[in-house]
Amino acid sequence: MTTTLAPSLPPAASPRTRRRRRVDKKTLGGLVIGVLGLVDIVGFGLEARSGDARLGLTLAGASVHLSPLKLPPGPTAIVAGVITLVLAALWLRAELGKLARRAVIVGSGMLFMLSFLCWASSGKTMSLVGLLQSSVDRSIPIVLGALAGCLCERAGVVNIAIEGQLLFGAFAGAMVASASHSLYLGLVAAALAGALLGLILALFAIRYAVNQIVVGVVLNVLATGLTGYLYDRVLVKYQNTLNSPAVFSRISIPLLSKIPIVGPVLFDSSIFLYLTYVILVAVQIGLFRTRWGLRVRAVGEHPVAAETVGIRVLGIRYANVMLGGLVAGIGGAYLTIGSVGPFGKNVSSGKGFIALAAVIFGRWTPIGAMFGALLFGFADAVQNILSVLGTSIPSDFLLMIPYVATIVVVAGMVGRVRPPKADGQPYVKS
Amino acid sequence: MKLELRGITKRFGSVVANDHIDLTVEPGQIHALLGENGAGKSTLMNILYGLTRPDEGEILIDESPVAFTRPKDAIAAGIGMVHQHFMLVPVFTVAENVVLGDERTRRLGPLGFGLLDRRRAREDVLRVSQRFGLTVDPDALVENLPVGVQQRVEIIKALLRDATLLILDEPTAVLTPGETEDLFAVMRSLKESGHSIVFITHKLNEVQQMADTITVIRQGKVVGSMPPTASDEELAARMVGRAVRLAPEKAAATLGEIVLSVESLTVSDDLGNTAVRGVSFDIKAGEILGIAGVQGNGQTELCEALVGLRPAVDGRFAVRGRDLTGHATREILHAGVGYVPEDRQAEGLVTEFTVAENLALDRYDQPPYSKGLALNLDVMNAAATDQVKQFDIRTESIGSPASSLSGGNQQKVVVARELSRSVGLLIASQPTRGVDVGSIEFVHRRIVEVRNQGSAVLLVSTELDEIAALADRIAVMYEGEIVAMRSADVSREELGLLMAGGGAGAGASASAAGEPASAAAPA
Repeated sequence: MTTTLAPSLPPAASPRTRRRRRVDKKTLGGLVIGVLGLVDIVGFGLEARSGDARLGLTLAGASVHLSPLKLPPGPTAIVAGVITLVLAALWLRAELGKLARRAVIVGSGMLFMLSFLCWASSGKTMSLVGLLQSSVDRSIPIVLGALAGCLCERAGVVNIAIEGQLLFGAFAGAMVASASHSLYLGLVAAALAGALLGLILALFAIRYAVNQIVVGVVLNVLATGLTGYLYDRVLVKYQNTLNSPAVFSRISIPLLSKIPIVGPVLFDSSIFLYLTYVILVAVQIGLFRTRWGLRVRAVGEHPVAAETVGIRVLGIRYANVMLGGLVAGIGGAYLTIGSVGPFGKNVSSGKGFIALAAVIFGRWTPIGAMFGALLFGFADAVQNILSVLGTSIPSDFLLMIPYVATIVVVAGMVGRVRPPKADGQPYVKS
Repeated sequence: MKLELRGITKRFGSVVANDHIDLTVEPGQIHALLGENGAGKSTLMNILYGLTRPDEGEILIDESPVAFTRPKDAIAAGIGMVHQHFMLVPVFTVAENVVLGDERTRRLGPLGFGLLDRRRAREDVLRVSQRFGLTVDPDALVENLPVGVQQRVEIIKALLRDATLLILDEPTAVLTPGETEDLFAVMRSLKESGHSIVFITHKLNEVQQMADTITVIRQGKVVGSMPPTASDEELAARMVGRAVRLAPEKAAATLGEIVLSVESLTVSDDLGNTAVRGVSFDIKAGEILGIAGVQGNGQTELCEALVGLRPAVDGRFAVRGRDLTGHATREILHAGVGYVPEDRQAEGLVTEFTVAENLALDRYDQPPYSKGLALNLDVMNAAATDQVKQFDIRTESIGSPASSLSGGNQQKVVVARELSRSVGLLIASQPTRGVDVGSIEFVHRRIVEVRNQGSAVLLVSTELDEIAALADRIAVMYEGEIVAMRSADVSREELGLLMAGGGAGAGASASAAGEPASAAAPA
């Protein structure tokens, strides 16, 4: 809008500035936030049907019962939209610090979701706690996949094959658990299957210095094809013995799981969520607080420097790529023996690639990647709950939500990020 | 520590990089290893540091033979190396870099997965830095430090591993004159405390200033030992294998009219930061303007803007009165501008192309090189044969790929191409970086010839020797600005000070603008 007024400027100002037509990132960000606010008001506020939206805060059978939050969708969305517009103005006009900028992004996003959910569930009841719980559950394989990505990329190997490792893990987990009637054996098998794919990646990427993107893509195709073939030829035929595993049951942590809202979301889940906590903390502390982590990061940033101080670059890379595969394999197991049970063709459905996006979103830190994964898990859960509630939006569009969220987040919110310097570059000793 | 190398030989394919090299370094001695690029100095040191294995020969430390298969062995034997390209992780702190590979931990588990002992690392750095006068902040990120300080980090790293013999590989190549003096002071204090130093360089005056013994290497062989009292000419002759004239003969400049005029030119670097801030200057016909400055102060961006490889954010420049701002590189070159870029392999040549093809890169599309849609290969080859002879390019044939040539000869190809058309303005950026002394002599002579024929020359160099030998007028660039314009007889001390930003009243305008102005200013 302001740019079209340019002809009224005095012509002599600067003769050669025609190459600078790009809108800078700050303006773009402000505009996006502003559009969110307008959608809040026009899309959800003025279009709202009558009837309060009831957001449930407890699950059935909880000991402490909170009455559901009743919100009128129209006014809620309009208030949210106005606040968002104020935030957008703030973004454009004021010099915000890094923390304040993040708060504005998160705040406007949450307000948008709130008005959207109110609009969608007007006159109905939607369980907010259920939504959050499902978000966390759905993000488990993404978090584990992203941790696998961090482990590999911090050591300088790009792991595109997370998707394939998830799939291998899912397959091996279901089959072994079903055949052996031991869920834990299935979990171990899944981890090993992921690590096996990691080993293949490591061999080609490290030993033979093949382009890591190419190897990764090929491994994904291999995993899809191989598990698909075995599914058709073996699992379908021996459905009862080889593909009917049990599922890990929920373990409620005493006391903690009783906390309203937080308890059911964070402390009442299967072993996978608790495993994820442990691995997440271990990788975060490991990478940034230990000798091992310092060496891993050195190898990923400047392998020659690491070599000159006596660090075994290739050894660390092999170990990390396989460790990453192991973690992704566990994530894969969740897709079968952690949730639905039997293996189905392509159960990973792109979660490995979303995990890759989460790694970048989190700037190659485990904690950051976890937040990215949670965001994508949330988008997935919203898509799911909306299809249950029934809205006027076609289901094909609903299914797009997690992927659209991925693109928007990676393109828009992740500013200039810096991957490990030697990421993707094979190290060849002279 | 007393170090002896006996009969070290290393072959890479048919090339003999080291040919039966003998070398003895006495304790507490600064031993200079003098030789041209490609003479085999670095290979020798990589062998000594366990990065490369020799085909023949042995290494003795204090009279007993040792065998290094990896750097760890060399480190354990008390050898420390400061590589020409620093072996530091840019995103780590100084302390993290120093302890890397030799970390102390507070134990947390049985697998050696201990937590890093950061406090101890910090203390270690401070202890060594105080003892040898190597001032550095242990918590600073290495990427934010100037190269001189990064080098100190490298030295601290070696000393903390109890190195008693330090190998410094071309340590002054990246330093300002002031930083070089600091380094020399550190080297002296190390020598006093009994450390031995192997000082690799190709700069004659530094050798004379610092070394106790000089060993000269040429084409992989030791060609002699000399005392530090040897003269420039003696050292250079030994290094090159023939007599060398170090500074070209140069008559006083006869100035003509203005060829290049630059008016408040502002240029951004790749990241969008302002690299050149409103620079203005003129160069007249028959004049060499030398731009001195430490690498990375906007010289690269200035040259690229002047040949149209990088857009000017603001300001203008004209060649012979014709405004060429914003014109395509091709137009600028056709307007009589010759350009020798600083990185010959990335920008000056297509290294996979043959010598003949490289020589015709700027005119392949014009007659007589092309007829209709086809190349006239006969003309191209004939011209190439001629240029190879005229510019003394040592190549197997004009059909050899440019990548097979030595650095000096590659540079001659670039210079030959640029000077083979009529050039009113020659822009030469680091024309002799990584080039052997013989070729330096040749390139310098050519540049002076161009100037004598009445062209204007813009010479960018980080080597004060080169600036002093060639320039008629010297501009000093610091943080994107020309902070001083001096006549050719300015003292080295003053230049050194100006290059380090020590000039009066610099910085003031530089610090004001943090970021480049955004696209659209609010009305």
